[in-house]
Amino acid sequence: MASSNALNDELITGEQSYKTINDRINNIVLNPGKHGVSWWMVFLIGFGLLQVLGMALFWLLWRGVGVWGINKPVMWGWDIINFVWWIGIGHAGTLISAILLLLRQAWRTSINRFAEAMTIFAVSCAGIFPALHTGRPWVDYWLFPYPNVVGMWPQFRSPLLWDVFAVSTYATVSILFWAVGLLPDIASLRDKSRNKVVRSVYGILSLGWTGSVKHWHRYEQAYILLAGLSTPLVLSVHTIVSFDFAVSIVPGWHTTIFPPYFVAGAVYAGFAMVLTLAIPVRAWYGLKDYITMRHIDWMAKVMLATGLIVFYGYILEMFYGMYSGNVFELGLVKNRLYGPYAWSYFMLLFCNGVVPQLLWFPKIRRNLVALWLICQVVSIGMWLERFVIISVSLLRDFLPSSWGFFTPTMWDIGLFLGTMGQFMFLMFGFLRVLPMINVFEMKELWYKMTGHHHTGTSADHGAHSDKPASDEATGHGGPPLLGQPAADKGE
Amino acid sequence: MTLVQEPKLYGLVAEFSDPDVLLTAAKQTHNAGYRKLDAFSPFPVHGLSDAIAFEDYKVPWTVFFMGLLGVTCGFAMQIYVSYIDYPLNVGGRPMLSWPQFIPVAFECTILFAAYSAVFGMLAYNGFPRPYQSIFNTPRFDLASQDRFFLAVESEDPKFDIEHTEAFLRSVGANTVSIVQK
Repeated sequence: MASSNALNDELITGEQSYKTINDRINNIVLNPGKHGVSWWMVFLIGFGLLQVLGMALFWLLWRGVGVWGINKPVMWGWDIINFVWWIGIGHAGTLISAILLLLRQAWRTSINRFAEAMTIFAVSCAGIFPALHTGRPWVDYWLFPYPNVVGMWPQFRSPLLWDVFAVSTYATVSILFWAVGLLPDIASLRDKSRNKVVRSVYGILSLGWTGSVKHWHRYEQAYILLAGLSTPLVLSVHTIVSFDFAVSIVPGWHTTIFPPYFVAGAVYAGFAMVLTLAIPVRAWYGLKDYITMRHIDWMAKVMLATGLIVFYGYILEMFYGMYSGNVFELGLVKNRLYGPYAWSYFMLLFCNGVVPQLLWFPKIRRNLVALWLICQVVSIGMWLERFVIISVSLLRDFLPSSWGFFTPTMWDIGLFLGTMGQFMFLMFGFLRVLPMINVFEMKELWYKMTGHHHTGTSADHGAHSDKPASDEATGHGGPPLLGQPAADKGE
Repeated sequence: MTLVQEPKLYGLVAEFSDPDVLLTAAKQTHNAGYRKLDAFSPFPVHGLSDAIAFEDYKVPWTVFFMGLLGVTCGFAMQIYVSYIDYPLNVGGRPMLSWPQFIPVAFECTILFAAYSAVFGMLAYNGFPRPYQSIFNTPRFDLASQDRFFLAVESEDPKFDIEHTEAFLRSVGANTVSIVQK
């Protein structure tokens, strides 16, 4: 089975033990000296853009949504595009943490904490847009069903309301999942820290975690249940987001391909963002032994696969329009191909259809600079996809007399850049205060990789092992660990 | 009437440097008739709860029933709002158009179930609980790093300081400490 391919790194490389895994990840948090110029650079750029968010918010709240480029008929502009873009990015985190857990993909361990954090911060950016696009965000609580004096209720037959429930549930469950995963790691930071204040803070946050087997027992039950609950949840969220469009009768929106196509697009954009962050961070913090080339390679492959599904969606959309025989659907096809925003459609095909094909080549998947640049192209492509679907479809719908045009204003751009700032600020703030790799799961993975091999007093060994600790080194019980780690790691 | 209480005994705590040794030791200790056991590890060691015969299914059942409650509440809320309290004709659909209530009812199911999974787990584990006797064990801060511990509580009917200590050493403990409450 052992392959000599350079991409077949093990999931954890280098000279390792429980202690080195523990110390190297926890020290990033406990030792401020680990954060160099690059951390400050990104953090300060994020902080700067966060101020742009403040200004864009202030002006919007002062003047109203008219400061944006939206108009009649293009009532959904950058606000909804950015909402869908951000929430899509969040989906990769849940995919990695929940779906790959249920599928017993051991490689998720190195990236799940990081990706879950990305999910929460991306959803927090996404949430800003629908909250503001209502025009009067101070009465957004009207979206929730609560008994009130005027006897009004929300309209439960509308996908827009389903979205309120879907996104708020998604944000809540993502935070719960992340917090539960953090609990043992916070306890580990509490025990490792020698600073009294730091120790107390992590001590309070750890809730008194001891690592008792009775606690682990219930912990693992809860964790796997959360994964099982998050899996249909994440699929439902982007499905419901796509219902916002598909349930309407606007040409270009009213198609049944939308739910699967949106979910695939979300995972595609999300993996691009995970790689965008993971490639520099693993280099800056010396985590190449934990986020190995194999992880990078597999993430790139997931991107390629979901990218192909998305591209298939584009082909089908074209096909539907032409095959429908419907004059308005045909009009939309023409609008995309020859309309005023035709350049955005061709850019989209280039970004999401052509460029990701480079990922077929192992050489390119192994080239971190090329891969990072492809991820940027994918992020742009996914943004353009939402632009083409949302705004370009609205430019010209049924009556030529009500056709219009859309141009973003500086406040559209400012708000978008602002949410990017918020994302960077939160993400890099997180790297500073919490372990960016799940420490206890890495130790568990190491335990499985070393296949019951131990260096303790050898007299007791053998009483338990139901499998020989041979170089086949399958995990126990589960399917063989991908990556076929060697049994006898130096310890 | 003195405020200083006599320290009470929590039990004996043995330290191990390897999860497999801990697993074997836990099994042997349980086989030797000890029942008030607890083991501590920096990561979940599969088979360890079986080794000390600990089984608990309160969390999954809680999640199951809370999920049922969630779906019930989700449908009930929407039926009350859109059918009973303020019947609203949307696009000529039936007043009780339950298929359109599925998405929100589904989200409510997940929300209730997820909350109960997390808070149920914390509650059954007795968290938050900042002080626990086991923290008095020397070097216990390593239990979350790279060391493994096995505790035999003093309430165990077979507990006897000398015998139990000798037994724990015989199953591979590096050190055995007497821990007070």
